Amino acid sequence: MAEHALQFLQANPLTYAVVKILIVFAVLSGLVAYLVYMERKVLAFMQARLGPMRVGPWGLLQPVADGIKLLLKEDIIPEGADRWVFLIAPAISVAAAFTCFAVVPFAGNFFVTDVNIGLLFILAVSSLGIYGIILGGWASNSHYPLLGALRSSAQLVSYEVAAGMAIVGVLLVSNSLSMVEIVKRQQEMGLWNVLVQPVACIIYVIAAVAETNRNPFDLPEAESELTAGFHTEYSGFRFALYFLAEYTNMVLVSCIAVTLFFGGWLRPFQSVRALDFLNYMPPVGLLGGAVFVFLLGRHNRVPMERVFFIGLAVVLVLLAGLVAIPVVLNAVQGIFWFTVKVLAFLYAFIWYRATFPRYRYDQLMNVGWRVMIPLALANLIVTAVLRYFLSSHGSASPAARLIGF
Amino acid sequence: MGTTFFQRADYVAITPEVVLALFGLGILLIDFLIEEKRDKYLNAVTALIGLAMAFVQLLRFWRGTLLPMPYSGFGGTLVLDSFAIYFQSLIVVATAVVVLISAKYLEIEEAHFGEYYALLLFSAVGMMFMASGRDLIVLFIALELMALCEYVLTGFLRGDRRSNEAAMKFFLLGAFSSGLLLYGMSLLYGLSGSTNLAVIAERLADRPAGDPLSWMAMTTLLAGLFFKVAAVPFHQWTPDAYEGAPTSITAFISVAPKAASFAILLRILMAGLWPMREDWKLLTIGVAVATMTLGNLAAITQTNIKRFFGYSTISHVGYLLLGLIAAADGNPEGLTAIAIYLLVYTFMNLGAFAVIIMMRRQNLIGDEIDDLSGLMTRAPGLAILMLIFLLSLAGIPPTAGFIGKYFIFLSLIQTQHYVLAVVAVLYAVVALYYYFRIVVAMFMKNPLDSVPLATSTGLSVALGVTLTLTLVVGVYPQPFILFAREAVRPFFSF
Amino acid sequence: MTLLQIAFFFLSALALASAILVITRRNAVHSVIWLIVTLFSVGGIFLLLHAEFLFAVQVILYVGGIMVLFLFVVMLVNLDVAVKQAQFSRQWQLALATAIILMAELAYGIYRGHQGFTLAQTSAVPPTIGNTQAVALALYQDYMLPVEIASVLLLVAMVGAVVMAKRKLE
Repeated sequence: MAEHALQFLQANPLTYAVVKILIVFAVLSGLVAYLVYMERKVLAFMQARLGPMRVGPWGLLQPVADGIKLLLKEDIIPEGADRWVFLIAPAISVAAAFTCFAVVPFAGNFFVTDVNIGLLFILAVSSLGIYGIILGGWASNSHYPLLGALRSSAQLVSYEVAAGMAIVGVLLVSNSLSMVEIVKRQQEMGLWNVLVQPVACIIYVIAAVAETNRNPFDLPEAESELTAGFHTEYSGFRFALYFLAEYTNMVLVSCIAVTLFFGGWLRPFQSVRALDFLNYMPPVGLLGGAVFVFLLGRHNRVPMERVFFIGLAVVLVLLAGLVAIPVVLNAVQGIFWFTVKVLAFLYAFIWYRATFPRYRYDQLMNVGWRVMIPLALANLIVTAVLRYFLSSHGSASPAARLIGF
Repeated sequence: MGTTFFQRADYVAITPEVVLALFGLGILLIDFLIEEKRDKYLNAVTALIGLAMAFVQLLRFWRGTLLPMPYSGFGGTLVLDSFAIYFQSLIVVATAVVVLISAKYLEIEEAHFGEYYALLLFSAVGMMFMASGRDLIVLFIALELMALCEYVLTGFLRGDRRSNEAAMKFFLLGAFSSGLLLYGMSLLYGLSGSTNLAVIAERLADRPAGDPLSWMAMTTLLAGLFFKVAAVPFHQWTPDAYEGAPTSITAFISVAPKAASFAILLRILMAGLWPMREDWKLLTIGVAVATMTLGNLAAITQTNIKRFFGYSTISHVGYLLLGLIAAADGNPEGLTAIAIYLLVYTFMNLGAFAVIIMMRRQNLIGDEIDDLSGLMTRAPGLAILMLIFLLSLAGIPPTAGFIGKYFIFLSLIQTQHYVLAVVAVLYAVVALYYYFRIVVAMFMKNPLDSVPLATSTGLSVALGVTLTLTLVVGVYPQPFILFAREAVRPFFSF
Repeated sequence: MTLLQIAFFFLSALALASAILVITRRNAVHSVIWLIVTLFSVGGIFLLLHAEFLFAVQVILYVGGIMVLFLFVVMLVNLDVAVKQAQFSRQWQLALATAIILMAELAYGIYRGHQGFTLAQTSAVPPTIGNTQAVALALYQDYMLPVEIASVLLLVAMVGAVVMAKRKLE
């Protein structure tokens, strides 16, 4: 039956695309919901607290509860607000954030589409997201949102320049704007771009944090100064949309960073034969997860929850067994590594939040314009010059030569 | 393909522009290091060195020792022929004179910043490419480069409301005219599938007569270009921009961009739209007559000397366009006349402005005609100089202005445009009247104040250069006529 | 009518309609929003012509960059005052008439002479060489010189902006 389904999908590319889009959309929405949970939990542990514990075992149902709460809340439109702009603004944010995933290669065998301007597409569409913020802030007809929106747009525009130039560095090394090609290029080189373009990587990651308005760059939402920034006046479902857009953007920039600098779906040390045993990481990882869940839930005092955890461990073991089948293992290899890397990035995002104090506004601008942009420019020039000299001396892979001597 | 796409010679061909651009960048850097205000003259000196180097390089081009002439480079987007070199040299020298008359003035206006000179040089780069470009895109971008520098320089005195207003008007109208120009260019590209003027000429020749599309392309293109040369009915910006701009910049935009705009106009009309010469001749006749009429008549009533020179410029543009009409009939003398007219106009106008700029002193703005009152009693030498420049502008022999007008009339008569020639001569009489209003003020009236004039070495040198050229071209024009003939040869060699 | 044609007419109509809305809205922020829509539709037309690179640049530069700054500035303007001011100058009827006549002339001319256009044929299949590469080759080979001049132009724009905007020089 699975084969039939596959054949049908291959014969109907449009349907196939729709199916893939739906899968990506569903997984992302779920991921985002649990990202919030993960953030609360990790922050809590870092601050020696427990975090959400009440809804479901270990608070696992908290995102569901939050979602229902937001959906049922009243959707308030402030008096004097620009009605239509106010209503549309959050949708712009969400649409822009989700659209970008169209060109993200989750694995060599799973991506919605691969266009030859993939990288530009992401830059273009993600730059639209800012309209959600700036229009929402303006349409609220209120001071805090307006100031928040202004700060946010200034911040985004400033850091987009640095991020864009860092990306051009990658472009010079990989000769393509296609996201899939960029990963394949890293495979050919046998090197992740983070080693070839370390400066660009650092710049991109910092700019990514700034562009997602996350700590330590979360000035647009600085509670002490601006209440909640651009979405102060939003409530209920529309507020949820902003929330969704923000966390989707976090996932997005993590995906881009992983694709551009950390080999996308590639296994670490792909070219090192001695480390081929890493191919078995997916089942091993799942088994490890099962053990972890089992050890965690074994002593739970609530019987229902104890059953749940043990059941979860069993499911994970079964999944590990499924994944261990060679065919399946090959199929999920890419997705597994991609997910692991993205999760690591997301963890880092939360980690920053728990670690760094917020920048002052002038410091933020100074860092952006006086440090990041010049640095990105310098990186670009050095890369271009090296690239020119290395490629004109007959090296097939300039980046390899770059590291080679 | 690849690395051998461009020759070394291509880069040699743009060395003058590269030198100027590098000096412009250098000035921006040097300006940082200068701490004392009086040391700002260093910027002017640097600019002059750059211009001198560019000029020397242009002379070597002219002699044909560096590159075979005419040289077509960068895939045919650039052509370095005698026409280009003639105009580029004119632009470089005019810019140098403007640098000379600027320093003291800027100091008085308390706006002596390095950016001024850098922008002048960048503007010169744009103008030089306007003279040598043979591709619509090169021409357009070069034109915009020049125009952008002009806008900024016009508004350079930020504390002065007139300067701001002038810059704003100039910018808005300039942007609009660029839009028209670009529209014409895009139609031309659509018609020919190429941005190269030579290809465009070939394709236009294949078009049927009276083709509405090519006519439309030509009209919009010409509207844009006529704006840049300040021909009626696209002249409205001129008096306002002239009045509000810093006086040194008024001097600059009245000469160098005019020369460059005429270079681009001639290049497009003669090389690109040559097959449509009957059409644009008709259009030019109307515009030229309207320009002469309005320029000459409106100048009579002006009281502000910068506005006055604005209208005077417009009238000169009218004469220059007459040369184009003769050229459309296949008479090379028409273009020779334009080339020589632009040369003499540049220097006599700059000379007149060098005198006017001395009126800006201490707390006096000095841009009314009355401010020149009694100049004869206060500074007889200067009054005589001004008299010579004004006579030249009016076209009285033996000054250079006469030679310019003479060639225009000659070319009109050779091509049997007798009516136009008569009209042009009549307006020359009107011109004499209003130029003499200034003479009357200088020689017959009593001085209004006794504040000493603002003189400086730079101004003296500038006056010397402009006076010499104004007189020499008037008395012994032969070598200059030969230069001008050589300059327009590229258009009549086919 | 093919799907492509429908898309083209839709995008063109959208571009024109929103362009008209840009100049007729009283609220400057609304004008900016409609301008964004215009630019976006034009980008869509680029995409229909297989000019992906132009599309991306159009969106990144105009929609994502320049218009954000526009909004930024417009939002700081006191809109209440702007709304009360006259939207058009007194000669707007004359201007409109002139514009319509001019447009009619241009439309007539283009209609009469449109066979004369030397247009590149859009192929059914996308060209083998990527649009991005084609643009790069055009820019850095055929039009190398204009690109270099444009770099000076941009520098001048930057210097000019600084000169005009700095509160007090020195």
